[in-house]
Amino acid sequence: MSIHHHLDAASLMRYAAGDLDPAFAVVVASHLAMCDECRQAVRVAEAVGGACLSDMPEAALSDGSFTRLSRMIDADTGSNDEHPAAPPPPANDPAADVPLPLSSLVGKSLDELQWRLVVPGVYRHRIELADTRSSLFMLKIGPGRKMPEHGHGGTEMTLILRGSYRDAIGRFARGDIADLDEHVEHQPVVDSDDPCICLVATEEPTRFKGIVSRLMQPLVGI
Amino acid sequence: MLKVLRMEEPTEDPGQKTDQAQFEALISAVAVQRDKSAFETLFVRFGPRIKGMMLGSGASQDLAEDLMQEVMLTVWRKAALYAPERGTVSTWIFTIARNARIDRLRRQPVQPYVDVETVSIASDAPSAEAEMITGQRGELVREALQRLPKEQRDVIELAFNQYMPQSEIARKLDLPIGTVKSRTRLAYKKLKENLEDLR
Repeated sequence: MSIHHHLDAASLMRYAAGDLDPAFAVVVASHLAMCDECRQAVRVAEAVGGACLSDMPEAALSDGSFTRLSRMIDADTGSNDEHPAAPPPPANDPAADVPLPLSSLVGKSLDELQWRLVVPGVYRHRIELADTRSSLFMLKIGPGRKMPEHGHGGTEMTLILRGSYRDAIGRFARGDIADLDEHVEHQPVVDSDDPCICLVATEEPTRFKGIVSRLMQPLVGI
Repeated sequence: MLKVLRMEEPTEDPGQKTDQAQFEALISAVAVQRDKSAFETLFVRFGPRIKGMMLGSGASQDLAEDLMQEVMLTVWRKAALYAPERGTVSTWIFTIARNARIDRLRRQPVQPYVDVETVSIASDAPSAEAEMITGQRGELVREALQRLPKEQRDVIELAFNQYMPQSEIARKLDLPIGTVKSRTRLAYKKLKENLEDLR
């Protein structure tokens, strides 16, 4: 798969350090599942964690710490975890519709999703996650549809799963991720023959309503 | 003066390379022979450091001890999954500790890190080039970290040693989030350059 838009280095480092909100972690992981280059890049970032662990000052362990663990291990024999099963075949199928990290949330096929019409030509599928202050959702936008130009109320990440769009930054197709800061303004236009389906995480759930209402006004007028 | 000092210092610390080779052998003994004394050696080395990281991130003594035990139990169970071409033993254990901490903080139906690992195991062919790099990567990354300008190193250490969120780092250092991001980016770029110098 040829991917042209990758994760920002700051996002790679946050992912490696474990500092991403669950909604963003799903989008980043879904991109990583599709992008060999970013998977390599994450290894470099994780190596920073390894180096930090090597240099970490030692904390005193509780008395009998190893003995306790040792007992757990003895009780653990026979566990199937020792020889984990081979990963399921869809995991390494780059043509799979839905990347593995997303499939536990929306199933394996983009064609079976339930969409809700937001405005003509724009559909949304909400994904509920606990413990997040951000929103995670999918959008399906019809060919030729233009979104009004908007800045972001916070960080936003968009991963393209089907179709493509074009904006001031470039053309985004399957596997590409738009990893944008709040100050970036853009006006995507879907330029594929089929609808463009993307996975989006945005900070602050309330913002989304703002963006949608801003989306709606000009579109409803068309 | 600086030059003289540098000449006295070996460019690659042989002690550290031996560490990685030794850890690899220990992991392999755990994976293949289920060797408990090899495991205990790993425990003595990594347990106190894992606990230190958990304490640094604000966990109580009990929670830090508990998480450390969980991490080491995973090391025991999954030793066969350790792949040297993907990183050093320290890096592998770091990722297990990170995942354990996240799982404990939030009970989620999704496991993004585990899924990416699954894809990685299925898709990433080991390459001789990658293996050559990994043997020295641990020491190289540590060296590169030491050479970062202090303002970049501070940001990295707070993020990785204390699992401090970006927003808290910004507050603690009294910086805009954008500055924390750009320092993180610069640090990553610098580290990557250092690693690529080896190829």
